Amino acid sequence: MTDLIWLLIALPAVGAAVLVFLGRRLGEPGAGWLATVTVAASFAFAVVSGVGFVGGTVHPATVELFSWIPALGVDATLLWDPLAVTMTLVVTGVGALIHLYAIGYMHGDPRFGRFFAYLNLFIASMLTLVLAGNFAVMFVGWELVGLSSYLLISFWFERPSAAAAGKKAFIVNRIGDWGFLVALMVIFAAFGTLDFGTVFGSAPEVLSVGTATVITLLLLVGATGKSAQLPLYVWLPDAMEGPTPVSALIHAATMVTAGVYMIARTGALFELAPVSQAIVATVGVLTALFAATIAISQRDIKRVLAYSTISQIGYMIFGVGMAAYTAGMFHLVTHAFFKALLFLGAGSVIHALGGEQDMRKMGGLRTVMPVTFWTMVIAWLAISGVFPLAGFWSKDEILGAAFAKGGLYTGLWAIGLFTAFLTAFYMTRWLAMTFLGEPRWSDDVHPHESPWVMTGPLVILAFASTFAGALNTPWRLALERFLEPSFELVTQSLPPESIGVVAALAGLSLVLVVLGIVVAWRRYTTAELPAEAGRFWYVTLHGYWVDDLYGRVFVLPGKALSAWFAAVLDGTVIDGIVNGLGRTVRGFGAAMSTLQSGWVRSYAAVFGGGVLVLLVWTLVHGGVI
Amino acid sequence: MFPALSVLILLPVLGAVAVAALPKRRPELVFPMALAASALPLGMALWVLWNFEAGEAGFQMIEAAVWSETLGIGWKLGIDGISLFLVVLTAVLFPLAIAASRSIADRTKAYMVSMLVLEAGLLGVFVSLDLLVFFAFFEIVLVPMYLLIGIWGSGNRAYAALKFVLYTAFGSAFLLAGIIALALITGDQVGATASFDFRDMLDLGLSSSTQLWLFAAFGIAFAIKVPLFPLHTWLPDAHTEAPTAGSVVLAGVLLKMGTYGFLRFNLTLFPQASVDLAEVMAVLGVIGIIYGAAVAIVQPDVKRLVAYSSISHLGFILLGTFALTRQGIQGGVFQMVSHGLTTGALFLLIGMLYDRRHTRRIDAYGGIASVMPVYAGVFLFMAFASAGLPSLSGFVGEFTILLGSYPTVPGLAIVAGFGVILAAIYLLWAYERIFTGPVVHPENEGLKDLVAREVAIVAPLIVLIVALGVYPKPMLDRIGPSVDAVIERIEATTDYVAPIPGPTLVVRADEAGED
Repeated sequence: MTDLIWLLIALPAVGAAVLVFLGRRLGEPGAGWLATVTVAASFAFAVVSGVGFVGGTVHPATVELFSWIPALGVDATLLWDPLAVTMTLVVTGVGALIHLYAIGYMHGDPRFGRFFAYLNLFIASMLTLVLAGNFAVMFVGWELVGLSSYLLISFWFERPSAAAAGKKAFIVNRIGDWGFLVALMVIFAAFGTLDFGTVFGSAPEVLSVGTATVITLLLLVGATGKSAQLPLYVWLPDAMEGPTPVSALIHAATMVTAGVYMIARTGALFELAPVSQAIVATVGVLTALFAATIAISQRDIKRVLAYSTISQIGYMIFGVGMAAYTAGMFHLVTHAFFKALLFLGAGSVIHALGGEQDMRKMGGLRTVMPVTFWTMVIAWLAISGVFPLAGFWSKDEILGAAFAKGGLYTGLWAIGLFTAFLTAFYMTRWLAMTFLGEPRWSDDVHPHESPWVMTGPLVILAFASTFAGALNTPWRLALERFLEPSFELVTQSLPPESIGVVAALAGLSLVLVVLGIVVAWRRYTTAELPAEAGRFWYVTLHGYWVDDLYGRVFVLPGKALSAWFAAVLDGTVIDGIVNGLGRTVRGFGAAMSTLQSGWVRSYAAVFGGGVLVLLVWTLVHGGVI
Repeated sequence: MFPALSVLILLPVLGAVAVAALPKRRPELVFPMALAASALPLGMALWVLWNFEAGEAGFQMIEAAVWSETLGIGWKLGIDGISLFLVVLTAVLFPLAIAASRSIADRTKAYMVSMLVLEAGLLGVFVSLDLLVFFAFFEIVLVPMYLLIGIWGSGNRAYAALKFVLYTAFGSAFLLAGIIALALITGDQVGATASFDFRDMLDLGLSSSTQLWLFAAFGIAFAIKVPLFPLHTWLPDAHTEAPTAGSVVLAGVLLKMGTYGFLRFNLTLFPQASVDLAEVMAVLGVIGIIYGAAVAIVQPDVKRLVAYSSISHLGFILLGTFALTRQGIQGGVFQMVSHGLTTGALFLLIGMLYDRRHTRRIDAYGGIASVMPVYAGVFLFMAFASAGLPSLSGFVGEFTILLGSYPTVPGLAIVAGFGVILAAIYLLWAYERIFTGPVVHPENEGLKDLVAREVAIVAPLIVLIVALGVYPKPMLDRIGPSVDAVIERIEATTDYVAPIPGPTLVVRADEAGED
């Protein structure tokens, strides 16, 4: 079975290839169904070939497909272990549901088939990333998900804002990719190979602490790009220009967690660089706080969720940064469920309101869209971390591990705890502004519940968001045991051993969460929306003007420098010299000749003169004469 | 033995004669005849590829006809892993470039003859083992290219053509002087007045100062061809004003005469000078990467943009070459071919758009993806191929170069990595402005999407780019041994040792002795 795991990638890849050429002919809904079936088939195959890890009948294995770049000794290899299984199941499981949902959501789009081609391409790319058995193959997936993301964000390319957002996403991601690429250079120079097994296995003997720190910090640069962390998070809010199923799948549930996965995968290297670990954890928790403050004041239904995603991934990065790998992966899984659910719910609302995304023009949708509403209630409770829904367990496991670690991490734990309060607040605001209170939409809008292909995935994801916490409850660490073979080389940070301390910590965060909910509930379920005036709202609404800052510090000076190179250095200086020389030579040729002057003559003059001088000189110098 | 390489060079010449001999009253035959004439060398090149012995480092299919014993001049040809794929690339690009020349109406016959002579010259450059013959081909290339730009070019063609010729001639003067000097030294060694045989030049034991001067003489000619900063300003003018086929050949093949020359002659014949100057050359390569990319960003003319991007991509090849590692050089040779495919394709595509709208200004477009979706898709594919997207050929080359360069010039490799970011910026920004958003100019509304002939021109390039990106092994297996031989030569004649990536195993003498 393991030998065939390349099929996991091949199925959606073939789907993408078929749809690129035949998407238009297959049309609607055939193209959507084909795409959905390929992903569902990958999911089924992953279940069948991964289930053996539970009972220990299957062991981690590397599958060599073919020799890829012999100049570097790099082969196309895949790695099938519990970590890869977990990611594959999330990607294909949530992916299949979102494919299904998109059949309804993309109804009537003139490029329906093309959309599913890109969606399938994304799944194939993401699976390449998570199944990679060496850094080079991982980098292939890493960049190809960037490509799919670009294609899908700017899917409605007629809209200039969508096209610009796609470009921005790819370029910012490439900045992160540069870090990844340089990390690969250092790894290759140090190990002579990019193979995961060799690198991780021999890292303690081969790497000095300094080199390990350099490599891991470069990997962090890569992670901040792909996983939208400080300071490279700026592309993700703009990425909401893409169709909502794309936001759900790529920019919430799966692709943006690639950085978390990558750090978990390379844990053996981070293990050797405690400084890097502290930096990663700090970046994560600061991102969680920073993005949460921005999420509070956003008015676009998707932008709240976008900043919320950045914040939640911050938790995961915090987790894997302090070597709480299981906790980080646990939160990755539960977040995939409830964040995909939130986005699909938002999509359902946008769909119902004919494209409206401003929450100030929503409200009162609970009766009109009951299925969407009730599934959103579950998602809201899950992400806020209310007992006993999924987010409660996974987020508190991360916070618990930080508390247990102590030192610097106690401070980070406090920030994380406060962010949990903010999360409960802004998610309650989100729910209330959209579904509760009085309707604020205009009379010509007639909202309606979405068709079953859209509500079906909502219900399934709501179910998962409710019960996924059971995967790794403190008394039955199922996920931790499942992932054990993948984390054999690292020492994990774990939550406090005493169940009493764990319960007290959980109680504390629960109090803060309920407080956040109550405050927001009282504020936003009133007949009229409260005025959000004042400095805090103004500053956070504009996201602290970070985009403007980057524009002024990097983009404008960069363009100016390029323009100066082009106009002055190339145009005036170098070409000035060249043209001047040309004129001089021409004059020289004319002076030598009593007949016509012209380029052929100057050519001959330069040529002849040059040959003569050099010939004589070299011969003398070379000792021939 | 069958003189495959002579036939390879001769076929386009015969084709040129045949095209020239066509009766004046049958102008409609010129295009099909030229296309057929360029298909023959492709067939021959594929035959050479098929019969090439993989795993051999040295020259194969050698032909040697001596013209003068005392002067050591002869018709000597041979092919190895370094030149093999440049020959195939040349043979692949010419039929496509000629097929894309349908719109040439003025003096078609002379145009096609120029193209075919150009092809013969380029093939000759890559397979010559006699340096005088090499030089002859190196110069022959100049003439048809001058005509192509000067007669069939656009707008500022006279200036561009003159600039191209003056720049190149300047370099050639040094090259010829260097070749003659080297031939006299070689002659001394083998007991003749002179010898221009490349293989005689391998064991000269030149002093390091002689090497340095000869390196400079050869190097200036090649640096202009590549081109290296600050000798590059002929390139944007020539590429931009040349007709489509001219740009395709310029970027696709002609520039590689420079990088090929560095590898074949400078590295091989002047190893000590190469080691001494390696860092300087690598720095120049990296300047080219960053500078070319930065200037590309702000170009208002899409052809100029791609022209500057070539400077950036060729900088990678130079970095790889002068990193003096097996990986770096292999990546460089691979990148020569890959760049030929992707940039050749981009120029072909720009030509197709130019045929419809007769402007290359980016701001004359906008929203083209709505009216020409197939064209937009192919262009985007090529943009990503050019930007080094993994699974396409450009990645294999750049990745191998970067990983290969880091062990000897780490700082430069890291800076070169920024070129990958800049490539995404200039390509995607150009794509955004040309293809996305609403159609703002009414004259773009009725543009026709690609026709079958045009799809047939780009399709082979797409296939090759994917194939080489996913499975580059057959190509690297053939390049590898010849590159290893270059490195081994350098190691044998200097105290340079090419680093082998991997953990440094320190075994102390006493411990080793105990075992």
